[in-house]
Amino acid sequence: MKRFAFATVSTLAVVAGSSVLAGPQAEVLHWWTSGGEAKSVAVLQEEFAANGGSWTDMPVAGGGGDAAMTALRARVLSGNAPTAVQLKGPAIQEWYEEGVLADISSVAEAEGWADVLPASIAGHMKCEGTWCAAPVNVHRVDWIWANADVLAANGIEMPTTWDEFNAAADKLQAAGVIPLAHGGQAWQDATVFETVVLGIGGPEFFQKALVDLDPEALTSDTMVQVFDQMRTLRGYVDENFSGRDWNLATAMVMNGEAAFQIMGDWAKGEFLAAGKKPGEDFLCASTPGDGYLYNVDSFAMFDVEGDDKKAGQDLLAKLIVAPNFQKVFNLNKGSIPARTDVALDDFDICANLSAEDMGSTSDAGSLLPSYAHGMALRGSQSGAITDVVTAHFNSDMSSADAVQQLAAAVANSY
Amino acid sequence: MSEWLENHLPKVVLAPSFIAVLIFVYGFIGWTAWVSLTRSKLLPKYEIKGFIQYERLFDSPRWDTAINNLYIFGALFIVIAMVLGLLLAILLDQKIRVEGAIRTIYLYPMALSMIVTGTAWKWILNPGLGIESMVQGWGFTNFEFDWLVNPDYAIYTIVMAAIWQSSGFVMALFLAGLRSVDGEIIKAAQVDGIPTWRIYTAIIIPSMAPIFLSAFIVLAHLAIKSFDLVIALTGGGPGYATDLPATYMYAMAFSRGDIGQAASSAMIMMLVVFAIVVPYLYSELRAKND
Repeated sequence: MKRFAFATVSTLAVVAGSSVLAGPQAEVLHWWTSGGEAKSVAVLQEEFAANGGSWTDMPVAGGGGDAAMTALRARVLSGNAPTAVQLKGPAIQEWYEEGVLADISSVAEAEGWADVLPASIAGHMKCEGTWCAAPVNVHRVDWIWANADVLAANGIEMPTTWDEFNAAADKLQAAGVIPLAHGGQAWQDATVFETVVLGIGGPEFFQKALVDLDPEALTSDTMVQVFDQMRTLRGYVDENFSGRDWNLATAMVMNGEAAFQIMGDWAKGEFLAAGKKPGEDFLCASTPGDGYLYNVDSFAMFDVEGDDKKAGQDLLAKLIVAPNFQKVFNLNKGSIPARTDVALDDFDICANLSAEDMGSTSDAGSLLPSYAHGMALRGSQSGAITDVVTAHFNSDMSSADAVQQLAAAVANSY
Repeated sequence: MSEWLENHLPKVVLAPSFIAVLIFVYGFIGWTAWVSLTRSKLLPKYEIKGFIQYERLFDSPRWDTAINNLYIFGALFIVIAMVLGLLLAILLDQKIRVEGAIRTIYLYPMALSMIVTGTAWKWILNPGLGIESMVQGWGFTNFEFDWLVNPDYAIYTIVMAAIWQSSGFVMALFLAGLRSVDGEIIKAAQVDGIPTWRIYTAIIIPSMAPIFLSAFIVLAHLAIKSFDLVIALTGGGPGYATDLPATYMYAMAFSRGDIGQAASSAMIMMLVVFAIVVPYLYSELRAKND
């Protein structure tokens, strides 16, 4: 450990020493360390180097970003923040309130970000009116994936309402197929929950309940219906679902053991990696109901000292939002570009559907942040909601009790 | 000079570690206590706001579950591990053959990390992979053993795995205790024709009271700080049914950016430890003074 610390310190010293003569500098903290993700970051790294910059990579894997956040805390507290950090949603504003984020408005205005980003996504990148983060991609969360053969064999169409879904699931269950592949982890329960809120309550209700945290919406009859539907869905998962990872649930759909999965579009990566074809082997559609729940990865820019580092920050921000990186990165990662003017000819039909829906829902005002993936709420509030959702899903709690607990948990989370 | 050194050498040598303990243990306990009285979220803040974090903590149903789980887990784990350990030790004490080999076998689970234990038991207890599917495969299709995925029983699977891990260690402690009992007394009792079970219950076990206390202290602090076993075996699930105070604290501090809440839960955990350790230290110190 000591030797490791020494090595780190000496690396930093070397970096600091060389900064006098070098061009743009950037130290980037992120947790994209697995196969496809690491490849995606490498694209950015290469572009950065091609523009004369020197990149210091600081990947911190583990805990879905928890470990990286702990590292970030330590760096910020010691007054030595990285140039850019993979952050998303309200966490950006939370860090801004600590007074440690930089202003990159000059880059954003020169590059015309406001014209190419959907308004609600651009909103996440601003801190009190100034730009402080750069969006990388858009994951859609409210997807339902299906095994095409299983649906065809049972004469089932992709459901467009939750009633249709329930009818299809009953039919599948009678035929001995697991209707819904699900992994019993809190965040997966929350993912399904928010798509049900969107489907049953509609976009306005979603905004009120899961973004504004309006107590009336949280305890409304609509929310009771949402929990009723969650209870129904509980009947459609197999008994072994507890603790299962999401990609194992995807595999169940792939091999025909289960028919549907509700999961963000990272699940598509699993299908594609197994050589399955979208539209033929597996089907993608938005979950029943209108609207679009997005999960946008972004890099927040931290206050740094020195012209070379500031130049690196500006260059990095510019490259991240530039069309080329947006295209290459998202082809690797399975998401779609955050900017709307990138040609999508190389993307598959699911990505094209996602981009089309993003445009139309943005106009209709139903382009909404995902609560389950930390886009809508701060950690303590979204965590409080998830606690109730997962406790309800994994017990015999009544829907009426669940809404009361939901309102109490939210009130107790501030 | 050399005389001064001679007189003060022990103090000089001990000073660095004393200072380190003072800062890194007691200093940070004080720091945590301070932070638990603030509204710290993402980063620690130092403005005292009263007992709001403790009020939030005791209003949280998840914390209730965590504390109840600690009682269930702690009580069952300590009692069963001690009874089982004592039983194994007594059986091993019957001057049997290959005692050394058997002792090693029972002690071996202690060599595994809790993560390995948790993962192995996760597979053993998984209804689709482990015992349930095996017994059903033998033809008993009605057999059910779904404790791992049943929110009401999942905490008992953690008890099982923890006992499997630790009872061998308790056995070793007790075995050492049994061997330290004066052989003359036992022989005298045997000459008087007292049955073996009476020798154990009336002579040997009462004379091992200090061993019981040590075993209890070791197991109690294992129970209170357990974290890795829960993470590996159930991940706190189903839902948050198997949360323990340590996993609650971790979630608050590192996943949710709620440092004040995490600090208050850490303080409560420490008070629980104090409630057990202080009487122990008190009795130890008093015994020495007598």
